[in-house]
Amino acid sequence: MRLHVDWTACDGRGLCAELLPELITEDEWGYPVVRTDEVSPRLEKAAGRAVDRCPALALHLLRR
Amino acid sequence: MITMERRLLAGDDSPFAQPTATQLVALLREAGLTGRGGAGFPAWRKLEAVADAGRPPVVVGNGAEGEPLSGKDRALLTYQPQLVLDGLRIVARALGATATHLYVHPALRALTVGIPMTVAPDAFVAGEESAVVNALAGRAPVPSDKRIRITQAGLGGAPTLVQNVETLAHIALIVRHGPQWFRSAGTPDEPGTFLATVGGAVAAPGVVEAGYGVRLGDLVDAAGGPVQPVQAVLVGGYHGGWVPAWPELPVSRAALGAYGSSPGAGVVLALPSSACGLAETASIAGCLAGQVAGQCGPCVNGLPRIATTLADLAARRARPGLVDEVTRLSALVQGRGACRHPDGTVRLVRSAMRAFAADVTAHLHGECLAGGAR
Repeated sequence: MRLHVDWTACDGRGLCAELLPELITEDEWGYPVVRTDEVSPRLEKAAGRAVDRCPALALHLLRR
Repeated sequence: MITMERRLLAGDDSPFAQPTATQLVALLREAGLTGRGGAGFPAWRKLEAVADAGRPPVVVGNGAEGEPLSGKDRALLTYQPQLVLDGLRIVARALGATATHLYVHPALRALTVGIPMTVAPDAFVAGEESAVVNALAGRAPVPSDKRIRITQAGLGGAPTLVQNVETLAHIALIVRHGPQWFRSAGTPDEPGTFLATVGGAVAAPGVVEAGYGVRLGDLVDAAGGPVQPVQAVLVGGYHGGWVPAWPELPVSRAALGAYGSSPGAGVVLALPSSACGLAETASIAGCLAGQVAGQCGPCVNGLPRIATTLADLAARRARPGLVDEVTRLSALVQGRGACRHPDGTVRLVRSAMRAFAADVTAHLHGECLAGGAR
């Protein structure tokens, strides 16, 4: 699976960086910086939680 | 208009046999035709993706030409609209399209084409293909997220093929004369001709047709030749890259790649030695920052920051870390948008920092090389 940010929807609330610090940090404007979009099986559950809780519905888990 | 090759610009009203979708994909694959809107994606792949979507598609001729330095799509639609319309009809019939549209630059609003035509806003990103679909659907003409490709679900949910108008005109000629004829211009790896918009420090700025691999000097000469010594050339437009003003340099993806440039949509801008490459680039970056669609945070915030940092460098407002800041911001915005606007901006900025490295050093010391001995 890979993480995908819909930049047209993201408004930089920052929940994803809090819920998935292993893969996502924030830039100086509060927008997510995805360190690597490849999600290992170990992190899939946490990634799914970050996707579900994004208030802008901007974070997606896509099949490769 | 100055012409080196005369294919598109000569027009052609000879009869042709309508190919099926399978035949057309094979023809374009054999011809090696790439999209002439800037990205240079193989035309057959996009056509095949739409054909394989399995539902009747919509076909759009894209003449938005949002690139400020480009005038070739307007020239083509003004002088040879029939060739574009032929290409549009050939593709639409081959794919069994339910509708065809032509999307044009605001300067062509009076054009009469006999098919539905929409006037694009005069905006840089309005020609990006998902922005085209949004414009035709009556929504804001800005790019969409790419989770769903328009080749799968575009206008009204139909698979949608958006092709640059020059690409369509080439298709109209390839169907008439075959792939081998098409390949008789250009290089084996980058076949065919392209329309170039040559401007800057040249005597007769205008649209020129040439084969890929044409010498940069020949393109400049076809536009009347330089009116001043030329220090560098911007190839590919505002999203392109600065290359050395070497007359022998082939204008091809293969040769320009070393400079982070490519022929793109055919823009060639000759920078005179009296000008400052950093000032020119800062001005373009300022324009690009002003042309963000306003949707994607990193682009909305990052491009103005890149532009002001470059403006400081151009104006010799030196401060520690100025160059590192350009590097850092460029890396930060790259790949973080719904479209390639941030990536294209970064390509331009990086090429400028390389091409004008001596100017950067001079500016950091409060000096400028423009017009002086270099």
